[in-house]
Amino acid sequence: MGVITLSPWDLALASTLVLLLGFISRRMQFGIEKRLLISALRTTVQLTLIGFVLKVLFENATLVWVTLLAALMLLIAGREVMARQERRFVGWWGYGVGTMSMFISSFAVTVLALNVLIQPEPWYLPQYAIPLLGMLLGNTMNGISLGLDRLTTSAWQQRQVIEARLMLGQTSAQAIGEIRRESMRVGLVPIVNAMAAAGVISLPGMMTGQILAGAPPLEAVKYQILIMFMIASGTGFGTLGAVWLGARRLFDERERLRLDRINKQ
Amino acid sequence: MASRLTIKQLVTRHVGPLDLELAAGECVALSGPSGAGKTLLLRAVADLDAHGGEVWLEGTACQSMRAHEWRCRVGLLQAESQWWGERIGEHFQDVDEALLGELGFGREVMGWEVARCSTGERQRLALLRLLQNRPQVLLLDEPTASLDAENVSRVEAVIARLRQEQELAVLWVSHDAAQAGRVATRRLHMLGGQIQEVA
Repeated sequence: MGVITLSPWDLALASTLVLLLGFISRRMQFGIEKRLLISALRTTVQLTLIGFVLKVLFENATLVWVTLLAALMLLIAGREVMARQERRFVGWWGYGVGTMSMFISSFAVTVLALNVLIQPEPWYLPQYAIPLLGMLLGNTMNGISLGLDRLTTSAWQQRQVIEARLMLGQTSAQAIGEIRRESMRVGLVPIVNAMAAAGVISLPGMMTGQILAGAPPLEAVKYQILIMFMIASGTGFGTLGAVWLGARRLFDERERLRLDRINKQ
Repeated sequence: MASRLTIKQLVTRHVGPLDLELAAGECVALSGPSGAGKTLLLRAVADLDAHGGEVWLEGTACQSMRAHEWRCRVGLLQAESQWWGERIGEHFQDVDEALLGELGFGREVMGWEVARCSTGERQRLALLRLLQNRPQVLLLDEPTASLDAENVSRVEAVIARLRQEQELAVLWVSHDAAQAGRVATRRLHMLGGQIQEVA
């Protein structure tokens, strides 16, 4: 069984539903129509572009090109993490905390999975490496941005309590401890929920894709389980790293709360 | 008397440069209009704000001590107390029963909900909480502002006893001239970030 090819007409028909939604939003003044249309447009353009990029990449499967695309994906994901922060770190840190943590966790997990588990030949074969990294980055990005956002907003809201704890001689780690735990938990909730709901409430995207492409369900399931575990660990370690790094950045070497290091709104 | 706390050329936002010495067992009252920099001075001495100059505790420089150790020994009591747990007891590891009684409480206070305590009760409990660290220097920012007369004298009596028994040095910010007269060995006035001795 092969893939059933979609015609441009099929896509156009699907887009009318989005247009209809935008029309209703406008009539009922939800104020979301502009963003809806822009993001629908972005989806179309970005996916088409990446389609071409992947086509070319698959034909020139060298480590250099794979690395370049991976780096580009990381940088864009890093920007996205930063954009989702209500109060981000000032300067280089605003970009660096999230990007660094994503780099370490996503790349480590992807390289591990490619070399030890899936073992394509060569290990960086873009058909495997790029989609895998993409799924990891996408999920890690969510966890990290949620965790960091919670960390900085909570620190801001509870600044008086944090300082009061410092005044009582607590270390900065003790003073921010509860906020840090809570931020890590918040970052991990989506993937924990996704794992719990997988297969019962939702069929995960990758498995659905493989089944649509004609793979036997049990093969698709095995891949999906592997991916879920990788995403969970990637997101988990990435979030831990980012929140830990961010919590350290909130204090200076004299254990003073340094809210001047995050942006005012 | 040996110098307990030595402040030299301290500079922080709008404050200083200023020098100040606190002898062991001494209580210095600090008055001055709002915005004169009294709270900023206390925060800088507790090393909570970045500052220039240096502060020594019994000859040991603040910079040479870890910041949380410094704050254990140089305790700052804010004008408004902060609580994070639901009950009072969550904020205490151990409790000095004698001190608890002196401040007008019984053991049962540890089970009280923070939200049900009055501002004055919280203020006295915050003092108790700070004193559990057995600080050598106490920086008090209007500690009795929300207390009735009976409790004001309780707090004053506790501080007086600790000065006597543990040679606690105290820097006491107060707007109440009568109180300054009662508790202080020396009185300072702060204006525009500078301090001067009150005759």
